[in-house]
Amino acid sequence: MAVVFSKPKALTDAPLHYCPGCTHGIIHRLVAEAIDDLDILGKTVGVAPVGCAVMAYDYFSCDMVEAAHGRAPAVATGLKRAMPDRIIFTYQGDGDLASIGMAETVHAATRNENITVIFVNNAIYGMTGGQMAPTSLPGQVTQTSPYGRDVKTVGYPIKVCELLSGLDAPYYIERVAVNSVKNVTRAKKAIRRAFENQIEGKGFSLIEVISSCPTNWGMTPQKALDWVESDMIPYYPLGVYRDKSAKEAE
Amino acid sequence: MAKVTFLTDVCKGCGLCVNACPRGLIVLEKEKINKKGHSPAGITDESKCIGCACCAMMCPDCVITVEK
Repeated sequence: MAVVFSKPKALTDAPLHYCPGCTHGIIHRLVAEAIDDLDILGKTVGVAPVGCAVMAYDYFSCDMVEAAHGRAPAVATGLKRAMPDRIIFTYQGDGDLASIGMAETVHAATRNENITVIFVNNAIYGMTGGQMAPTSLPGQVTQTSPYGRDVKTVGYPIKVCELLSGLDAPYYIERVAVNSVKNVTRAKKAIRRAFENQIEGKGFSLIEVISSCPTNWGMTPQKALDWVESDMIPYYPLGVYRDKSAKEAE
Repeated sequence: MAKVTFLTDVCKGCGLCVNACPRGLIVLEKEKINKKGHSPAGITDESKCIGCACCAMMCPDCVITVEK
């Protein structure tokens, strides 16, 4: 009997602390599978964020660095410039990347730093107890928007892929989801592609992964994935927002 | 026929694998409680499993190993 599916080597045996049904676990695994597939475990350095994934350094068996809140792309820039032969990735949530770390993200993108950014968007601040995030949907009920997000007073959600694709520099930007087997397969390809781009020295790759937060959304794990399909994906359309390899081929 | 192994004590009983199985073979075993206090996932009839690994792909905690 051949093994069809087992835990990737780039993940440690530590049990994940995430809530039941949280798709952080799936995204961790997809990153680890990409590292395994490309055989780069020995030279990969990850940068962990502040947020639910703050303990990512316990779960990946590559070297990890913990950055200050939102500063992961700046730390990754330093790592990559000091050690250009290493593969550097950041793993950030929406509170980390789209709120406090927006400046670092935009500037790393516009410099086309040769790093890979995995951006997990679950439309809420998970670790701190479910406050409204910059990516919360209009009308979404959270701890700090109990009557739903009112776009007249707090503005509209930030669409990171659309925002960054307005810049000239970034090499590859794609938005994927992990709410079904089909989307997980696509997400795996996208994350692998982002690492390949870095190995080839192409520049900044960002993969936005639409995730779920059953605990703070107040839903069962499966219902949360259904909500991703019915509410989040229509607001955050999946697809490739920037692919400079297509231009290079012309 | 495929072989599906569950790391029962790591399972959090979220049930995403139950919905992912195209043959509806996976259930949460309500009569069992694991170390974490959840009812873990298990397979009812392994002989009907086609080894597609859909359950393992949707599992957030790498509980499931599939052999074929």
